[in-house]
Amino acid sequence: MPTAAWGQDVIATHGLKPDEYDKIVGILGRDPSWTELGIFAVMWSEHCSYKSSRIHLKKLPTRSKLVLQGPGENAGIIDIGGGYGIAFKIESHNHPSFIEPFQGAATGVGGILRDIFTMGARPLAVLDALRFGSLDDPEAGKRNARIVEGVVSGISHYGNCFGVPTVGGETVFEPCYNGNPLVNVFALGIVKQDEVFYGKAYGPGNPVIYVGAKTGRDGIHGASMASAEFTEESAQKRPNVQVGDPFMEKLLLEACIEAMKTGAIVGIQDMGAAGLTCSTCEMSSRAGTGMDVDLELVPQRETGMTPYEIMLSESQERMLLVAEKGREEEVFAVFRKWGLDAATVGVVTDTGRVVVRLHGEVVADLPSREAADEAPLYDRPHNVAPYRTHPVDRGSAIPASADLTADLRTMVSSADLCSKSWIWEQYDYTVRTNTTAGPGVADAAVIRIKETGTSVAMSLDGNGRYCYLDPAEGTKLIVAECCRNLSVVGATPVATTNNLNFGNPERPEIMAQLVASIEALAEACEFFEVPVTGGNVSLYNETLGTPIFPTPVIGIVGLMKTEAPVGIGFREAGHQILLLGGLGTCDDVRFGGTAYAKAVLGDLWGLPPALDMEFEKRVQGAIREVVNQGLAASAHDLGEGGLAVALAESSFPNGIGASIDLDSDLRPEFLLFGEAPSRVIVATADPEGVRRIGNAFGIPVIQLGMTVQGKLEIRNRNLPLIVSDTEQLRQPWAGALEEQLEARR
Amino acid sequence: MKIGVVVFPGSNCDHDAWYAVSQNIGHQAEFIWHDSATLGDVDGVILPGGFSYGDYLRCGAIARFSPVMNAVRDFARGGGLVMGVCNGFQILVESGLLPGALLRNEGLKFICKTVDLRVETTNSPFTHAGTKGQILKLPVAHGDGNYFADARTLDQLEAEDRVAFRYATPINGSQRDIAGILSEGRNVLGMMPHPERAADPLMGSTDGLVVLHSLASAVGAGVTR
Repeated sequence: MPTAAWGQDVIATHGLKPDEYDKIVGILGRDPSWTELGIFAVMWSEHCSYKSSRIHLKKLPTRSKLVLQGPGENAGIIDIGGGYGIAFKIESHNHPSFIEPFQGAATGVGGILRDIFTMGARPLAVLDALRFGSLDDPEAGKRNARIVEGVVSGISHYGNCFGVPTVGGETVFEPCYNGNPLVNVFALGIVKQDEVFYGKAYGPGNPVIYVGAKTGRDGIHGASMASAEFTEESAQKRPNVQVGDPFMEKLLLEACIEAMKTGAIVGIQDMGAAGLTCSTCEMSSRAGTGMDVDLELVPQRETGMTPYEIMLSESQERMLLVAEKGREEEVFAVFRKWGLDAATVGVVTDTGRVVVRLHGEVVADLPSREAADEAPLYDRPHNVAPYRTHPVDRGSAIPASADLTADLRTMVSSADLCSKSWIWEQYDYTVRTNTTAGPGVADAAVIRIKETGTSVAMSLDGNGRYCYLDPAEGTKLIVAECCRNLSVVGATPVATTNNLNFGNPERPEIMAQLVASIEALAEACEFFEVPVTGGNVSLYNETLGTPIFPTPVIGIVGLMKTEAPVGIGFREAGHQILLLGGLGTCDDVRFGGTAYAKAVLGDLWGLPPALDMEFEKRVQGAIREVVNQGLAASAHDLGEGGLAVALAESSFPNGIGASIDLDSDLRPEFLLFGEAPSRVIVATADPEGVRRIGNAFGIPVIQLGMTVQGKLEIRNRNLPLIVSDTEQLRQPWAGALEEQLEARR
Repeated sequence: MKIGVVVFPGSNCDHDAWYAVSQNIGHQAEFIWHDSATLGDVDGVILPGGFSYGDYLRCGAIARFSPVMNAVRDFARGGGLVMGVCNGFQILVESGLLPGALLRNEGLKFICKTVDLRVETTNSPFTHAGTKGQILKLPVAHGDGNYFADARTLDQLEAEDRVAFRYATPINGSQRDIAGILSEGRNVLGMMPHPERAADPLMGSTDGLVVLHSLASAVGAGVTR
């Protein structure tokens, strides 16, 4: 095996630091071969090793009575009763989606789906958190619109063909995502608790079998690309983006599930980031074994591929599995039925080493545990103030609104708050006939579980503005909002997955954001009893030195009984509208991160709204009780845009509006558009029942007014603030996104 | 009644069709793998939605060559009831069991929504439980549902009362808003909307039961074979 003392430039282009290279030499006792250098480079990349975040991620709570599988596997698993579990996780595909939006997003969906079914779970739902640059940006707007269309059609293409419903998500536009969109995909599947599979290569002598698509030169070094900042040369990395084939993935799903039922499979792992390298190292490391692999046996799409290329290829729709010796044919028969390649490419050993050969010649020979788990861990400097360039004090008074109704119209037709139906109507959200609350219906997406008769609610949230202004408070607000969304549909939040999207961790002020956010996530998840079962960290989200807002996207799942979920839309005129949690507080500083500050004032300053977690928990308990007692005709939490936007949103589905009378000292902008958390509006025919529950939970319940046909009117102490037909608000809301995209074509 | 649900590589509404027949209306349903040469003892066949063979080349264009399609053709020729939904409709037109073609949606985008569908005829084993002019709320989910045929074929479909459903509001550019058509013998139905996704109150609509109950009672009444 030819080895060499590689030059600084070669080491640097592999994304390795000189001391990391020295550590490799220490582990091997010699210089690495070219293939080994590539293997260590990807295994120790930020993307695969979490080397900057790992010591902090250990602070997250990961256990509860319901957690069957915590972090460290391909997905977390929660006990939902009846002998079943749900496997779920979120992953990002940010960098590829900027370079090639369609394939980047499509393969992002493909990757997370494989993470789910490699555990033996059949995928039941997908949600997406998307962040794009502003559409009205004079320079980047056109490109941003192209990225939106590419990403959405990529998700649509892959998810629809695969046959998994895309049931929810959220989309936000900010200038900071101009050169760095975020595509975070959450997937959830169902598995029988006694049929869970793990990525472990047990049993020396057992065959290592490669299944699925052939290996090509696509995606080489994708994981390293995801671990570097973007520069002007990034467009040249297009060949690094993989190409997805959802049909192949569908066949792979069916074949894997069927093969698992034979009982001949010992362990299985998908080949995602870092492909064959990651699956061989991780599977053997987890089992404390080794693997001998012969690369000429790997099904290949191209001729003349080098060992380096085969090991680092990120070709999609491939799995590596270990079968029981002597039962290979049972596995092959299933894959033959589905028309897929399956080939024995190696054998499990007891050496603890991954030994890779090509035509008998050893091209790599390294210890699996060191490659998979011994990446250098960094406690990167973070004892500085988190990065921010906007002031806490605005510096001048917030101008008084000339027309609050016009402001509301501006808000509901802003890119962030307008209807996203242009996006989700491109996703099949009804396939599998489980979707009881699809996109736009309720505060959380809900699917029923046919096998158990119960339902699962899911919510994704991640307010980057809040986190930019205060990473810790912002992160807690996100967890609170997710749990509140679930509670509003009557679900009990049970577990969390997270996708931490941040800038360059080598900058202390960015690392400070990350650490503050993780510590707050730990505190909030502990408090709301939603342990973290897995997730993903995406760092280096910077373009030309400008970081994105710190954007932890939190996904929380909740359990509930199966029944038609309570939606956000007012159902009929004559219901009383109550506000659980009270009018809340707001001031000049706490108004600076609101959607009003952004959409109407075009400004950003201050701090996020103040959160009292203890109070929040009581509000959630109350609304859950209200919903589960069947008292809510509709319910909607107050989020971005505050009270006025929530009322408008509730009026859109059925054209039933509201007549509201308030009694408050707050200035009208704060009263209508302040974003104090821990508040939920409920329309009910039984206000007394709702009040009684509010009292029991010790939270204020304020009567706001009544539902009325076709109008939205809000008064404070008889002074009209908002007066509009619901239709005059609904129309701009409904068509805004398409119009903005159209204008950029 | 026993319904066979054909599974092509890439079918993804097969489980939904099976569930609707067996769980929602309480009849027997079984899967038939695409390379089967026979249909067994089924009383009717559903070609489910999905992306058979990835819909590469053209939707349904490869599935028509699956061995099972010979059996389906024979079954239909003998008067057996065959219903193709979404991709199943596309396979039926590619197989020549129904006239016309399904083109890319006019807006070139995939469309998933619940639409109003008008029952155009009750003179069929798939619609006799409905009433003419009745509006059904059914989900659509397709990228290629734009029904096309030449004017003569369209005129003939209308003259022979073979348009089963129309969209109450145009959604995908279909000629004359056609959403579902019948074969000359009226025993083969192709439709883009998904009745199997609207067979359970939890899904927001049970209007799909009109189609499923029609099918079940037609079989019960011995319409087939």
